[in-house]
Amino acid sequence: MEILVCAKQVPETAEADIKISAHGRGIEQDDLVFDINEWDLYAVEAALQLVEAHGGSVTVVTMGDKDAEDTLRRALAMGCAQGVHLLDRAFEGADGHAAASALAKVAAEKPYDLILCGVQAADDGLAWTGPALAAGLGIPWATMVTAIEKQGNTLEISRELEGGMEEELILPMPCVLTVQSGINEPRYVSVMGIRKVRKKPLDVFDGAALGLESGRTGEAGSRLKVMEYTLPPAGGRAQMIEGMPTEQAAALADILADKGGLR
Amino acid sequence: MSVLVIAEHREDALRDATFEALGAARALKAGPVTALVLAADSAPLAKKLAHFCQAVLTMSQPSLSPPLAAAWLPAATEAIKEAGARLVLLPHSSWGMELGPRLAEELDAPYAPDVSEIFLRDNKVEGERAVYGGKLNARWEMVKASVYVATLRAGAFAPAEPSDSPAEILELPPAAPKVLATRFVGYVKQAAGDVDITAQKILVSVGRGIGGPENVALAQELAGHLNGAVSCSRPVADKNWLPKTRQVGISGQSVRPRIYLALGISGAFQHMAGMQGAETIIAVNKDPKAPIFRVAHYGIVGDLFEVLPLVTDKIKALISKQSL
Repeated sequence: MEILVCAKQVPETAEADIKISAHGRGIEQDDLVFDINEWDLYAVEAALQLVEAHGGSVTVVTMGDKDAEDTLRRALAMGCAQGVHLLDRAFEGADGHAAASALAKVAAEKPYDLILCGVQAADDGLAWTGPALAAGLGIPWATMVTAIEKQGNTLEISRELEGGMEEELILPMPCVLTVQSGINEPRYVSVMGIRKVRKKPLDVFDGAALGLESGRTGEAGSRLKVMEYTLPPAGGRAQMIEGMPTEQAAALADILADKGGLR
Repeated sequence: MSVLVIAEHREDALRDATFEALGAARALKAGPVTALVLAADSAPLAKKLAHFCQAVLTMSQPSLSPPLAAAWLPAATEAIKEAGARLVLLPHSSWGMELGPRLAEELDAPYAPDVSEIFLRDNKVEGERAVYGGKLNARWEMVKASVYVATLRAGAFAPAEPSDSPAEILELPPAAPKVLATRFVGYVKQAAGDVDITAQKILVSVGRGIGGPENVALAQELAGHLNGAVSCSRPVADKNWLPKTRQVGISGQSVRPRIYLALGISGAFQHMAGMQGAETIIAVNKDPKAPIFRVAHYGIVGDLFEVLPLVTDKIKALISKQSL
């Protein structure tokens, strides 16, 4: 199988303090740690497991600044055969439609059997690029995929619904699947492993190389525009328990007892 | 601007989110709201919806059941064009996330996913949506177009109220039959686990902050003393630190215990949607800006590895005092 995986480099958000930039239309990046989008990491692993079982190779593509190369190196260290870097200031600020426009050019380069994306990116949470890419290529798609099994020329997949329910579908290849977190256990790569691939040549393309006019990519080619970022309303109802850990623990234990925890 | 809501339903039942979408459509004050029902036999669902909007469009065709996005794409596109709808709304559910973005491309329409606010201003479609894991909101607008598509965050919009006079139901002719590339096999319900977390009165719930499977025992100990059970947020289940059946959230289970103790859980929207109905929510997290503190009744900004053992000791002491 020839598989293309789309991977995005995003700021780590779960533990980070995200600050709005002075002009309100961006975030302050200096103190943030950037890494491969978690969902895309699951997608890379899913692709590698498929080619390990069925033969073929995985190409990983990222659209991002120079630092996004780290995401490609990680995927290459995991076992991807080829890395493609879409590098152009004109690509910045892309919504799902604009991102898919650029990625479709890469996907059209080879007769890929399967294109994998993560369900969504941790920064914008749009969950848009995968299905838009399928639209651009005119091929079937499925999102929120929790299992993939190749059966001849088709893929049997499970996709996540709500409340512990899933639906099972069969899609022909080629198709686009967006992969849900928890589908597999992404393999660990060591610093050594990443160093081993640091000299591997990448295919680097800017807009001109892809044959894309600048009006069609990045913020210019986007249909959803962010006007400004704001902080969600502070507070909420939580009564904060202050003090030293022992005092906080005592207060918490009293609350648990008071609310019926000891019956 | 004419607004159309694509009704989400599964196994002959309309999803709650459909009524929220109709409520959102109404709140736009853009004029009459149309609901679109696609199914093998849309009549029963159409009758139910007729009290919640001003017009119901239906298309009945065997290929439209079950609600497969691949099958609904051509039918919905045709119905939207027939209706001259300018703004199309769907829930941001698994079904909506499958159909919405693809439909937007098919209609060559701007798309705004997972919105928590949507309104019309100077004939532009604008609103708000959560970004960076809920830590920030983004005020957005869609570029001017002839059609727009948006998906709505669950629980962000009040459901439509029924009216006495039912709307007219208009049946569209079935679309030309197409051979579908994608095939539906079936629905699968998650097998029951060792513990039913929805039946628990007390849940000690762990998130990414618990650090690893070896630390779950700390939560298990406290849960044991409280006669409760351990549950978790998604990252913990994804990493197999706890079985998926312990996961609280939209894709896991909804719980309403007497006490929900959230340890090292940041409070992603999908998680909070599954536990915000608990009577007493207490959250412990290192990050004072963690979204979980917005739904918690009590909060501790601190290291759960310091606080948890101390709480467990206090509880043990209280229990032995109780038994004296």
